[in-house]
Order: sequence, then C-alpha cells, then structure tokens
Amino acid sequence: MKKLMTGNEALVRGAWEAGVLVASAYPGTPSTEIVENMSMHKEVYSEWAPNEKVAMEAAIGASIAGVRSLAAMKHVGLNVAADPMFTYAYTGVNGGMVIITADEPGQHSSQNEQDNRNYARAAMIPMLEPASSEEAKNFMIEAYEISERFDTPVLMRMTTRACHSKGIVECGERMEKAPVKPYEKNAQKYVMVPAFAKQRRVEVAARMKRLKAFSEETPMNFVEDNGSKTGVITSGMCYSFAKEVFGDDVNYLKLGFTYPLPTEKMTAFCKDLDTIYVIEENDPLLENEVKKLGFAVKGKDIFPEYDEMTSDVIRKSVYGNAFDTIDYDKAKVVPRPPALCAGCPHRGFFYELGKRKNVMVTGDIGCYTLGFAEPYNAMDSCICMGAAFSTGHGAAKAFEKKGENTRVVGVMGDSTFFHTGINSLTECLYNESKTVSVILDNRITGMTGHQENPGSGKHANGSEANMIDIETVCRALGAKNIKTIDPNNLNEVKETLDWALELDAPSVIITKWPCVLKKFSDDDKAHFPDAYKTKDVVDAEKCIGCKKCLKTGCPALFVNRETKKAEIDSLQCVGCGVCEQVCPTHAIGKED
Amino acid sequence: MTKSVLLVGVGGQGTILASKLLTLGLMEEGYDVKMSEIHGMSQRGGSVSSQVRYGEQVWSPVIEKGSADMIVSFEKMEALRWLEYLKADGKMVINDHEMMPMPVIMGKAEYSTDIIEEIKKACKQVTIINATEEAMKLGNGKVMNIILLGTIIKTMKLDNIDWEKIVRENVKPAFIEDNLKALQVGMDLV
Repeated sequence: MKKLMTGNEALVRGAWEAGVLVASAYPGTPSTEIVENMSMHKEVYSEWAPNEKVAMEAAIGASIAGVRSLAAMKHVGLNVAADPMFTYAYTGVNGGMVIITADEPGQHSSQNEQDNRNYARAAMIPMLEPASSEEAKNFMIEAYEISERFDTPVLMRMTTRACHSKGIVECGERMEKAPVKPYEKNAQKYVMVPAFAKQRRVEVAARMKRLKAFSEETPMNFVEDNGSKTGVITSGMCYSFAKEVFGDDVNYLKLGFTYPLPTEKMTAFCKDLDTIYVIEENDPLLENEVKKLGFAVKGKDIFPEYDEMTSDVIRKSVYGNAFDTIDYDKAKVVPRPPALCAGCPHRGFFYELGKRKNVMVTGDIGCYTLGFAEPYNAMDSCICMGAAFSTGHGAAKAFEKKGENTRVVGVMGDSTFFHTGINSLTECLYNESKTVSVILDNRITGMTGHQENPGSGKHANGSEANMIDIETVCRALGAKNIKTIDPNNLNEVKETLDWALELDAPSVIITKWPCVLKKFSDDDKAHFPDAYKTKDVVDAEKCIGCKKCLKTGCPALFVNRETKKAEIDSLQCVGCGVCEQVCPTHAIGKED
Repeated sequence: MTKSVLLVGVGGQGTILASKLLTLGLMEEGYDVKMSEIHGMSQRGGSVSSQVRYGEQVWSPVIEKGSADMIVSFEKMEALRWLEYLKADGKMVINDHEMMPMPVIMGKAEYSTDIIEEIKKACKQVTIINATEEAMKLGNGKVMNIILLGTIIKTMKLDNIDWEKIVRENVKPAFIEDNLKALQVGMDLV
C-alpha cells in the first residue's frame, strides 16, 4: 500500500514494521512527530521522557531487557543524551536499538547547527542517512537488523528536510511476532566497570572492522553510473538536492550507510573521474575522507559550510548563478518574526518584567524565548534547555564578587523545568544565590506543538498520568520563598516581582495558566473554567490613541490607519484582559 | 516535467491542510509528489510556507527561487515576500487580506498600501480574491484555506481529479459539506 508520509512518519512506519516495542523521546523540532506518531500504534509502548538522556536510558534498558527499542531527539538533544550513548556503544545491545538524531542545517528552530555525523565517529556507532521518506522507512528496518547483527546501537541521522518533507512510501506489514530476545544476566557485557569496559573497547574495535566490510557491500551505498567523467559523492537529503540539479548528467556515489565509510568503494568510484563534487551539509566529513584517499575534490571551497544545501545553493556554487527571479521593491516587505500568540499567558509576565531596571534575565528554550524581543526586551541570554536558573546563579555570584547590585531573574517553562531545570534550581537553592527563578507553567510543552509532560497529567497517548506538581517539587528541593500566581493579573505579577527582588535569598515564582492553543484537559477545565471565553473591544469614544496597549505586543491589537485609534481583531482576541489593565483611559473592556 | 506550487501565509491560516489535500489528490492521480514544510518556532504568528512539487519523478521537495509555477498567498504581505520564488511566467493568486506583522504593530514599519500594485507591476498573471470574505459568506471563516485550494486546482488544471473523494476521506465529517462548497467557490473565482 502506498502512502504519502513525512520522513518522521516513515521512520515510525519502519520501526513499527520491524517490531519495535519501546519508544522514548523528548520533543524537539524537527524530531517531535516521531514519538507523537508512534504513540498511535497500540502494539508499541511510547512515551515522553522528561529529557533526552532519560529517553536514551529508557531505550537502552528496553534493549538490554531484550526488545527492539528506539530513542528520538533533535540534534542538541543528543548532547544531553550523549553520556549513556557513548557507553552503550561499548556494551552493545540485546534487542536492537536505533537512536534517531534530527539535525537542523539552516537552524529553522534551533540554537545551533551542529553536525551530529560527528557523534558517529566520536562514539564509534554506525550511522545511516536516508534521502527520502521511502528510504527512511526501509533504512529503519535495516537499522534494526544491523543493530542485532553487529551488536551495536545504530544512529539514524535525519535533517529538517528529511523529517518534514513528504514523499510516497510503499508500506509493508508489521512482523507477525515482535523479535524479542531472552534476558540473560551478563555483567561483563553490561556492567561497565573499567575492567569490563576495557574488554568491550577491544570488541568495539573489532566490530568497527566488520562494519567497515559491511559498508563496502551494502546496497545502501550505491554507484549510479551515467557514463560521465564528473561524479558526485553525497548522502542524505543532499542526494535529492543534487539529483534536482544534475539529473542523469553525472555519476553518483550515493551513501546511505555513512559510518564507517566504504573507502574502497569510494576509491573505485573516484579513480576514473575528472571532476569530483562532494556535496554535504555542514562539516566536510565526506570531503576529508575522499581527500585522505588521495583525490582532489570540489567541496567546501565552493559549497558553503553552513545552512542547507538545497538545489539553488548547489546550482549557485557550481554554475555561479541560480534561476532568474522577478525583480521588485523588496524594501516594502516587512519582516514577520514569530510573536507570542494573542492570549499567551507569558505576555503579562514579560510586560511587567521588561519594565524592571538593573535586572539581568537569563532565559531558556521555549515560546517564552520571544520575551527577548520587542516590545518586552526582557531576556538577556538563552543558551540551552534548563540553563536559565544555573546561568542565572553563576551570574548572581559574579555580580556579588564584582560588588554590583544587579539582580538576576531566571525564566523557563514547565516542560523545561522537568527537562533539566530541576538540577538548575537545585544549584540556586543549595549554593544559595540571590536569584529569582521563574517557572512559566502553561500546563503543556508549547513550542513543539503541545506534547504532554510530567506536570500536565497525561501520557503521550493521552491516558491519565500521575501529575507532578511543580510547587511541591520546588519545596522538596528546599525552596522557602515561593509563590504561584496568575500571569494575566498585572498587579499580582508586579507585586510578586517586588517581593522577590527585595529578598536576600533565592526565590521561586510559578506563573500558572494554560497555553491559549492547548486543548484543555479536565484538570484545566476545573482550574481555569473561564479562560479564553471572552473577547475584548476598544471603546473608540474613550480611546485617545496613546498606543500604550501596543506595548503588550499582542498581535490582535492594531491602530486603525484612518481613525488613529486602537482596535482589536476579534478573530484573534481571547479576552486575556492584559491590554485592559494597561489602558490609561479604561477604553478597553469585555465585549457584551 | 515537474510542477511547483507554493502556498504561503501566516502561521495558523491553514496552509498545511490545504497542501495536504492537494498532495493526496496528486498522488491519487498517479503523480510522484513531494512536499516540504517548516514547523516549529515560525508557527507562532510567523511567515509559513508549504511547498508542493509533482511530476513523473520528483527529486527535491524544496522549490527554488524563480521556479514556482504558481504561488497562492493567504495574506498580502506574504505574497510580496515570496514573489521571488515565482517563475517569470508563473501565476499568482492572492487573498486580499492583511495581517499586521509585529514591527507594524509596534510602529517600527509601515504596511505598504500598494502591495497589489507592486506585484502587478512585476508579474502579469495575478488574481486577487477575497477568500476570507467568501468564507464568511459560506458561514465558516475557517474554510478560507479550502477556497484557496480551489484556485490552485483550477489554475493548475487539476479539476479532473476526484477532489470530492479526497475531501470526504480526509476531513472531519462535520466539515465535509462546508469544505466541498468552499472548493467550488475557489474554483469559480479564477
């Protein structure tokens, strides 16, 4: 049966057909839809783990216990999960295990552009790179075979375009019986004390040799001979982009199994060519290998080492120019940066925080990172998941040492708090910094499109879960100064910030209000019965056109070109009431 | 010959459902189809695009600048933003609807009043429709995206495909009739 699938859906289909039984992940663009889709398959236990390291460890445990398992994450998530992965590379598997890393050349939704092909090399784990949805499905099935045959976890490297592009996939059936293995206690294999780890290290070296031989023979690495003297060596989505440009005019060495590389196949491909292009996104890893084999190539000397290697980029690099475009006045194009939604519960908090002077705001990863932007300008740093409180702690200690009275406010969301924020907060409380740690609890993992988390009260498949209460966690860690507030009540936000900034000790503020886009759970309905049920309107008689309401940065508010007075787009407004509280003439009120 | 259709708009306008139905119809007709979207942070009121490519064999899912056979823009400013993706003889359908970007709301930029004129100067085959208003007339503002899908079907001469079947199979039962009407409205507008 043929289906149109994204790369992520195809990976899930492949893993499902291969009889996977346990899948764990933490959401992160562009990997989120993997476990989201897997959770629809009842045969598979699928979950959102609190973070990627935990997801990796859960998948490792399942693999040791004897089932096929999967861990999925975005590229930076693999940094969090690297520790267990490097050691599981030593022990090897029982049930097959595949780790999906979803990289982001072009940084569409990420804080960096790291090339996770480097992890295969660093951890000595074989890597596969699909070029289409069809390959994503087929490679997944292949990956489990490789994992069990060679006793190793396997890295499946996707990129944004591979994850989020759709293509036609020929679907098969799930294995009749999931290929489970007996669990046998084996300390020498799974207890990585130095004495055993040294033995496994030798095993890893031997395994790499066997994998190298496999790389030479697998049809995942194939030559497409079009009788040309020009050749392209490429892998993953870059193959699709290169085919778009060169069609059948050049020869191709298309690599699907990209670590360890088939150097003999590469040599055989290169030796009769006049010109060799190596087309890869980000780091020159293939290029350096080909050069080591003694061939001159066109690589990063003509292709960029950053951003996506889409067909227009290849065209421009090779031929000097891409297609002609229509000429027009681009100065009239106004940028449309992402903005907090109308009704976003982060708005009221950032509106107030942005007014504070002599405050450094350490931020984190989520929709609320937009607090850095106009009109709030209420964020000074954003490094990685869970960093807000700990970077804030370090900064607070530094200001103290410098004898400066700058105060530090750390800001992160509920899902980020469970991810690695708990450790961060522990640092502030144990080493006692005068920090204000704020958890913006919108009852869901927002930016990635509403995945459940330990605080939301539901599992990945929507079933009821043990709801872990953030305030209770903070108290258990030792937080003594703690308040939970309504972020849409500007007075309450202001007074609570005053209270926290006057303290000479660490404090915690929890702003609790569900995301405006969230499908309310029964718990949400019980606790926030009136949320988002009204609309605000501007009384044109009372509006003096002062534009103070625009300082809330709400996309539903605008000034009418003719009347010069504020108006509210009723399609967008959900009546959060923040603008009402800002208007000096009380011109904004609820619709009748 | 591979054809490229670009659907652009603002996060939340429904470009994704429209392009999904389009690709399913194309697949049903026997084309090779690829589609690309960017999700994530840009969803939050940012500029969004769905890129659809179809033909005998399609390689890249990404449309190059200067190569789209058609652009359908759910919002005026987005039409101007993505115009450089259109072929010289490409066709454009624009929903005559404005959504203010944050720099305009903040008073840091102007939303130009002559966007349509600017586009018409640069490109010959432009159709302006008010899909937002037409959707309201149908009593469901949300079907604006399906009206715009209708304009693609007609413009790209894809009306021989059984779209009713595609809609019936992929839209929630309660919305099927509204969507079928919207599709027809869109096809009649171009």
